[in-house]
Amino acid sequence: MLVWSSSGRGLIWAFLAFVVGLVYIAPLAIILAASFAGQWNGVFPSLPTLSHYASALTGDSGAELRASVITGMAASAFALTVGTWSALALRGLPLVPRRILDLAFFIPSAVPSVSVGLGLLVAFSRPPLLLNGTVTIVIIAHFILISAFTYGSVSAGLARLSPDFEQVAESLGARPLYRLWHVTLPMILPYLIAAFSLSFALSMGELGATVMVYPPGWSTIPVGIFSLTDRGDVFEGAAMSIVLIIITLIVLILLSRIPTKVAPR
Amino acid sequence: MADAALALRRPAPRVDWFWVVPPLTVIGLLFFYPLALIARQAFTGGKTGFTFDHFASVLRSRQFHSALWNTIEIALASSGGCLVLGFVVALIIAFVPFRGSRDAARFIDTFIALPTFLMALSFTFIYGSAGVLNGLLMDITGSNAPPVDFVYSIWGVILAEVTVFTPFVLRPLLAAFSLIDTAQIEVASSLGAGPWRIVRQIIFPAALPALLAGGSLCLLLTVNEFGIILFIGAKGVITLPLLVYDKAIQEGDYTPACAIAVINVLLSLSLYSLYRLVLAHFGGRNAGMV
Repeated sequence: MLVWSSSGRGLIWAFLAFVVGLVYIAPLAIILAASFAGQWNGVFPSLPTLSHYASALTGDSGAELRASVITGMAASAFALTVGTWSALALRGLPLVPRRILDLAFFIPSAVPSVSVGLGLLVAFSRPPLLLNGTVTIVIIAHFILISAFTYGSVSAGLARLSPDFEQVAESLGARPLYRLWHVTLPMILPYLIAAFSLSFALSMGELGATVMVYPPGWSTIPVGIFSLTDRGDVFEGAAMSIVLIIITLIVLILLSRIPTKVAPR
Repeated sequence: MADAALALRRPAPRVDWFWVVPPLTVIGLLFFYPLALIARQAFTGGKTGFTFDHFASVLRSRQFHSALWNTIEIALASSGGCLVLGFVVALIIAFVPFRGSRDAARFIDTFIALPTFLMALSFTFIYGSAGVLNGLLMDITGSNAPPVDFVYSIWGVILAEVTVFTPFVLRPLLAAFSLIDTAQIEVASSLGAGPWRIVRQIIFPAALPALLAGGSLCLLLTVNEFGIILFIGAKGVITLPLLVYDKAIQEGDYTPACAIAVINVLLSLSLYSLYRLVLAHFGGRNAGMV
């Protein structure tokens, strides 16, 4: 306790409530209000309507919704596989090469997303790997941008895993693959779920690389929101933003309900 | 794979280089190879000869200068703002706690998972020319011109980025604060030290690693930020990532886009090195990053 007088504390809490309200709650509340607004000319919105949601869930916007969820799921699954694989593989290496490879798996998160997209365009616009204009290039772009987060999360989980469990399993004669599947992976399951959740959320909101590489017919929700607001359909853009937040939250809540029987630590 | 062969010939300890190969191939093919091709295109222009001409013409252009300057200005101002806001909020949550203060921290933390452009979108609703604040002010003052118009300037971008990236400072700060022994503060307080002095002499030194780590992470994220600037769409506010997008997609001119991207990536990688150096120097735990 830093401030002892109750009036001083009250003042500080009021200040915090004001700042958090202004900076974090107001923006979300405003987008929510705008998504129901038929018109907004004064201080408050008017003519409440659900029509923005109707159009956000059908037609082009509906297709964007589908594209976003499929891209997010595919990229996150791929990133989780590669991230887990690299975290497991790096465990057995000597310190110096491990440090270097660790850096190599983290660097994609440090490069601007637009440059990641540009690189994919330059690299895969010609044979032998002609991916420009396909759905695959969008999934690859998302994969690159989230791979470091899955790798980091799984590595953190492995670092906290006591080696005893695996050694006991080994001494009892468990083969490496059996050990991996029945001991190691279940023990770090919470970290795997957390990694997938964060990946999916980041992929749902990805914009910079997607605008560089998306083919016609596979634009994602963020790209859709941008084109809507860019041509002045701000309320429909707001409705799509709310849909984006809700879908992300639903997936995160469903993932958090997966039972993790063996809790490490 | 000469290394792998050597490693396998040694009997003990057995090192499994083999399992590193598949993920490294994936990252190499999908990330490092495209990155190398950006550099090649920047130096060759898609032809065979190696030349610095493309860089020279980018470096001479006024557009590039203003984008570089905007990027640096926005990054420094936003990171500074994140540090101040993050420090104040963390201080209150950790040392003047109230019921639900942890929930408040968790709520702010969820913004890490939300797309950054949402903040820019909501700013146009709140502070835009037809937004709530201007509507309110015009009702009060009776004027017809919107009095507040900072959103479509560099200030709108900075304010949005401060909001979006403060959680990246708040999280390590709260972790670092939880390591401070509260008895230390209570003793200092009972010996007559005022709150300012406690903050200055006990809390701030303990928070310094987390501030440096969070600040350098913010610098990296703000230099790389794209969505907020695209959404706010201010005419004069072009940054390096936006310039890369404009050149490549709007103008279809890949070579200058690649040259700018090389400079942008180098800037980002040096900031990332700074971040890793801070972590290595203080240790991840002290910097609140583990």
